[in-house]
Amino acid sequence: MQTLKAPADSRAKELAGEGGSRREDARGEGTGSRGQSEENRRYHVLKVLFRKETAEFINSRRMILFVVLTALITVSGFYAAVSGLAEAIEGGNTATDFLFLKLFTVSANSIPSYNSLMALMGPFIGIFMGFDAINSERTEGTLNRLVSQPLYRDQIIVSKFLAGLFISAVMVFASGLLIGSVGVIATGLIPSGEEIGRLFIYLCFCVVYIGFWLAAAILFSTVCRHAATSALACIAVWLFCAIFVSLLAGIVADALYPINGGDMQAMMNEMGNYSCELNLNRTSPYYLFAEAATTVLNPGVRTINAVTVTQLSGAISSNLTLGQSMLLVWPHLTGLAALMLAVFAISYVSFMRQEIRSR
Amino acid sequence: MISSEKKEFPEKRMSPEEGGLSRAGEGATAGTEKNIAGKMEDDIVVRTESLTKIYGDLTAVDHLDLQIRKGEVFGLLGPNGAGKTTTTLMLLGLTEPDAGKATIHGLDCTRNALQVKKAVGYLPDNVGFYGTMTGRENLRFMGRINGLEGKALEERIDRLLERVGMAQAADKKTGTYSRGMRQRLGIADVLMKDPDIIIMDEPTLGIDPEGVRELMWLIRDLAERDGRTILLSSHQLYQVQRVCDRMGIFVKGKMVACGTLEELGQQIGRDGTGALELSVYPDNISLQRILKEMKGVLDIEKNSDMYVIHSSFDVRRALSKKLTEEGYTIMHLRQAGSDLDEIYRKYFEKAGEQVG
Ligand SMILES: Nc1ncnc2c1ncn2[C@@H]1O[C@H](COP(=O)(O)OP(=O)(O)OP(=O)(O)O)[C@@H](O)[C@H]1O
Ligand SMILES: [Mg+2]
Repeated sequence: MQTLKAPADSRAKELAGEGGSRREDARGEGTGSRGQSEENRRYHVLKVLFRKETAEFINSRRMILFVVLTALITVSGFYAAVSGLAEAIEGGNTATDFLFLKLFTVSANSIPSYNSLMALMGPFIGIFMGFDAINSERTEGTLNRLVSQPLYRDQIIVSKFLAGLFISAVMVFASGLLIGSVGVIATGLIPSGEEIGRLFIYLCFCVVYIGFWLAAAILFSTVCRHAATSALACIAVWLFCAIFVSLLAGIVADALYPINGGDMQAMMNEMGNYSCELNLNRTSPYYLFAEAATTVLNPGVRTINAVTVTQLSGAISSNLTLGQSMLLVWPHLTGLAALMLAVFAISYVSFMRQEIRSR
Repeated sequence: MISSEKKEFPEKRMSPEEGGLSRAGEGATAGTEKNIAGKMEDDIVVRTESLTKIYGDLTAVDHLDLQIRKGEVFGLLGPNGAGKTTTTLMLLGLTEPDAGKATIHGLDCTRNALQVKKAVGYLPDNVGFYGTMTGRENLRFMGRINGLEGKALEERIDRLLERVGMAQAADKKTGTYSRGMRQRLGIADVLMKDPDIIIMDEPTLGIDPEGVRELMWLIRDLAERDGRTILLSSHQLYQVQRVCDRMGIFVKGKMVACGTLEELGQQIGRDGTGALELSVYPDNISLQRILKEMKGVLDIEKNSDMYVIHSSFDVRRALSKKLTEEGYTIMHLRQAGSDLDEIYRKYFEKAGEQVG
């Protein structure tokens, strides 16, 4: 009896200790300035979720694919640059200033440049990371466990988005800096301060661009029950933006401003047609990114809208400063960021309103 | 089978290394002491008042009034689609009720969802884990969300893994776990935040009999030794019968009966007399005559191959003796109306008539 009793006591104490600590927790929250501790808790939970998301992604098999994809973009972009650059200079059809930035924009005869690869494949990276963000947790049965914890539901989706953005930022900067540094070694080009600044802005652009696709993918992952459906939906939107928007823009612009009459009206319409097509194209994040990236990476791009000959007369042909280039693409950057936030907001709202059952 | 299981049940308690009967008893008294020390007047921790949930034209939960006292194990019993899961979701503030309200510790489950979730642990049916993480890592993650860190966290993880018997498999990826292992880990996961109230949705689903027995032990233990309140939903009658203090029978969104097993049995019994189920070979006219002539037999019903015999007292002995003498073979003889199966079936029949 004696022997039986001793462990029982210790167990009871242990239990009491557990209960005690619980009460302590509660008290701690009650005493300290309430708003402060609540704020801390929120931050803490977000941090825990963020860490889990990141760790989970890094440990997943998908990470390998992700790295391979990024490496592919990097290597082929770099290869295109190195082989294309020499040709371009020898051919004499390239200005020789800002050569360092050309590493990102020059394409060899069949291999696209790093920039166009990024415009094309960046969405893939975003989609890749987000297409099953919510619905996989739902089908795994972890989501309802998670939402029954003392956390705000928005923290779940925000942490997913932030983690995805963080990982893609790391990847983009790693690949950009890799090309830059290997480029310095391989070509002997020393980047100027301005070039580094432009590169940095460009890479930020890439992150926002990928972020947009990440947000879109998360949206589909909240709306669609199955990961496959949401992946397909994402790819459909991507194809639409990359291919069909420009086709549609041309058709709509031609319908609104016919230019193939050959008469006076057609000539008058020329300007309207071009502007209309351009603006329609700009609704596509693909075009928005491509245009902005070109402007940032190439100081020689002086205008992005249609200009008349009169407007051009008297203009001095020189490169734009960084500030001037930024002025040109500022609307693009804010537009892309706004698009990203808008899409994220939609997924946020739809997630908050959802009822979460197992399966 | 069932009754033997029932008998085995309390004995089983002695056998595992980790807890003997005396210890559990002490835990129980400690629990009640805590009760007394706490708020006596506020004994009811979970309360719903005409809680209603409507999906389109289907009323999933219909004016549910439920009261669960501190430290009791309450079973929500009902067939598929009765609205059990919907009720638990509303209790956790995961679904908004269309009418009525639910409170836990006096806190409104919808408006103070965060506070409620601090006090309530939820084990969903089909519990899942992050497959790329080990069991331990999964628990660690939940612990961190609940504000645990460092040594306290690790200690609790170890203790809980031990308690649910998952210590060996703790460092395997949860993707490789079997159903029962996941369920156990799910319980450890629920206990990570040390909740006062535990809500379990179909905790026994897909677990083998031995596993169920262990699980039931654990549930009983959680209630008695730790003084936690437990609400579990199930359609597995026997299991609930064995572990619950009180249970509510829930059909088509309505609570048709609520109380202890005896109370439920009393409510259903046919004028206080027992009923016997009987099936014999050969089944002929003279059999019916024999049955009718038996002393104490009031009425005989025949449904398919089974006779249901209503009697004023227990006629089993006399009946079997008589039938054997007459050269019949008894295939089946069972006291009906006394076990939960019968209760359950009767209630469902009743409810079916009422609801239409
Ligand atoms: N999102 C929904 N939309 C429409 N009807 C729903 C929805 N969720 C549940 N229902 C309905 O509500 C009713 C109750 O469902 P609930 O999941 O609560 O049943 P349950 O008692 O848990 O059943 P089970 O034993 O199968 O788990 C069912 O008839 C179901 O069809
Ligand atoms: Mg259910």
